[in-house]
Amino acid sequence: MQPFTYERAGSVRAAAAAVAAKPEAKFISGGTNLLDLMKLEIERPTHLVDISRLPLDRIEETPEGGLRIGAQVRNSDLAADLRVRSRYPVLSQALLAGASGQIRNKASTAGNLLQRTRCPYFYDRNMPCNKREPGSGCAALEGFNRMHAVLGASEACIAVHPSDLAVAMAALDAEVETSLPEGTTRTIPIVDLHRLPASTPHVETTLGHGEMITAVTLPPPPSGRQLYRKVRDRASYAFALVSVAAVVEKNGVRIRRARIAMGGVAPKPWRTLEAEYVLAGAEAADPAFSEAAESALAGAVGRGSNDFKIPLAKRTIRQTLAAAVEDA
Amino acid sequence: MAETDYRITRRTVLEGGAATCLLLASGLPVGAQDAGATITAERVTTPISKIPMTLRINATEQALELDPRTTLLDALRNHLGLTGSKKGCDHGQCGACTVLVNGRRINSCVSLAAQHEGDEITTIEGLADGDQLHPVQAAFVAHDGFQCGYCTPGQICSAVGMLEEVRAGWPSHASTDVATGPAALSDAEIRERMSGNICRCAAYSNIVAAIRDAAEEV
Ligand SMILES: Cc1cc2nc3c(=O)[nH]c(=O)nc-3n(C[C@H](O)[C@H](O)[C@H](O)COP(=O)(O)OP(=O)(O)OC[C@H]3O[C@@H](n4cnc5c(N)ncnc54)[C@H](O)[C@@H]3O)c2cc1C
Ligand code: SF4
Ligand code: FES
Ligand code: FES
Repeated sequence: MQPFTYERAGSVRAAAAAVAAKPEAKFISGGTNLLDLMKLEIERPTHLVDISRLPLDRIEETPEGGLRIGAQVRNSDLAADLRVRSRYPVLSQALLAGASGQIRNKASTAGNLLQRTRCPYFYDRNMPCNKREPGSGCAALEGFNRMHAVLGASEACIAVHPSDLAVAMAALDAEVETSLPEGTTRTIPIVDLHRLPASTPHVETTLGHGEMITAVTLPPPPSGRQLYRKVRDRASYAFALVSVAAVVEKNGVRIRRARIAMGGVAPKPWRTLEAEYVLAGAEAADPAFSEAAESALAGAVGRGSNDFKIPLAKRTIRQTLAAAVEDA
Repeated sequence: MAETDYRITRRTVLEGGAATCLLLASGLPVGAQDAGATITAERVTTPISKIPMTLRINATEQALELDPRTTLLDALRNHLGLTGSKKGCDHGQCGACTVLVNGRRINSCVSLAAQHEGDEITTIEGLADGDQLHPVQAAFVAHDGFQCGYCTPGQICSAVGMLEEVRAGWPSHASTDVATGPAALSDAEIRERMSGNICRCAAYSNIVAAIRDAAEEV
């Protein structure tokens, strides 16, 4: 690890200002992703601002009937919260399908959304990687790209975003609240938090330097059935090959409204409005599910080892929808 | 000792007997040293000011001055002689370093020591009550829940934390309905909840049996 100085922030304002003051400073929360990358010197902050003790660890009701989740709420606490389990089960399911009991006890809500890719070439400093070293090339394009993106990628980077939580948040239309170093705040729809790689895969989010996530808000719970389905190489403790978060509301034999987000297939949580459009008003049965799956993957591009993700994602969408309408 | 931790590189280890002696003199397993040292090479110039801190470990306050880079795991093993917690991967992947912080299980390798001032830290050394083993420890002995034993302290600390989570009604990925939580602590529930602890010897079936047994006692 490279040397760094450490401070524990006393307030949100002070934390944002402390990071903003130094170009190489970073926030540290649970540290489960940042320290992993610092040990490999992929991340090399010269100053760490510890925000793990800031009083942002509460889950509160909003006046609109939703929930406001503090940035420091641990993944395990969020998954176990009774309001989340009963009103936003897709969120609990997604969290519980990710990482391990120990990691979830440390991992924070904001840290989870901002975790970096698990691309093996990003982790291997001997290999070219545009995300780690802009301009060096992308070893995954012609390499072992079984885990990589089929949607939203570019010729500069085909890495996927690994968060399960972010996928469920995208299906729930969550919004991210941030605090800027000047003391102002802003709200970002979750689908606008992460950027697509284009020619600058090292720029991963729309946050500025020193901009701190303070909370994630959920609108009132959508009606209908919520489901998170994760397909992976092991039954537990593995990142997604493909995952689907679905919220499906029925009206008799028809679907009134469906919301679908995918994980493991794109550089960001991938909300698929095309599929949702197909499903709105359609009969809740497989012809519509298949059509929705086809439209969700319409622009997909395989890179060789990850070609299988395209049919796998389609099947996972169909199956998740079928399960969701069973008793929706 | 903190300086030696960071200044030995794989190259110096490979090249020099002297460095190797130093390594052995530091009393650390060679593999563990090497894992930490491969990447931290060639940077001996910057002096790092240490941070004074007090950590509360196994109900005892410990005053330390540590390089900010020191993880909780390295503080325990290299600075406090508490070598029960093991370094398997040093990257949050294997669970060998699991300790309890304020009663909750975490991976001590991906946590800075400095982040834990004021916390109540319990390691495998702090679980027994005198000569009386913790029920989970006793169950691992009774069921032969190990072969080489390297993963065992982490398995046991993890199981202690896990059983607390079950008691609090936390659901898991193996629970059929997250809203209602676990119906019973089935083997499937135990396996899912313990998936953050890898056992290279694959003693899993006896580990599950030990935890199943201990669950009834604790
Ligand atoms: C073995 C292993 C398996 C895993 N499996 C999964 C999995 O299956 N699914 C999954 O989703 N995740 C998985 N994870 C990832 C895990 O969920 C993340 O490491 C964790 O959520 C990160 O949270 P943290 O609080 O520890 O973040 P940190 O490591 O502290 O921070 C991560 C990043 O976020 C920034 N940051 C943190 N908080 C804020 C804030 N409030 N404002 C602005 N920036 C901030 C930090 O500066 C840093 O860049 C796994 C991790 C490991 C080690
Ligand atoms: S896919 Fe992205 S992260 Fe992976 S090697 Fe290519 S540029 Fe790097
Ligand atoms: S040593 Fe900490 S998880 Fe492997
Ligand atoms: S007993 Fe050998 S690693 Fe588990």
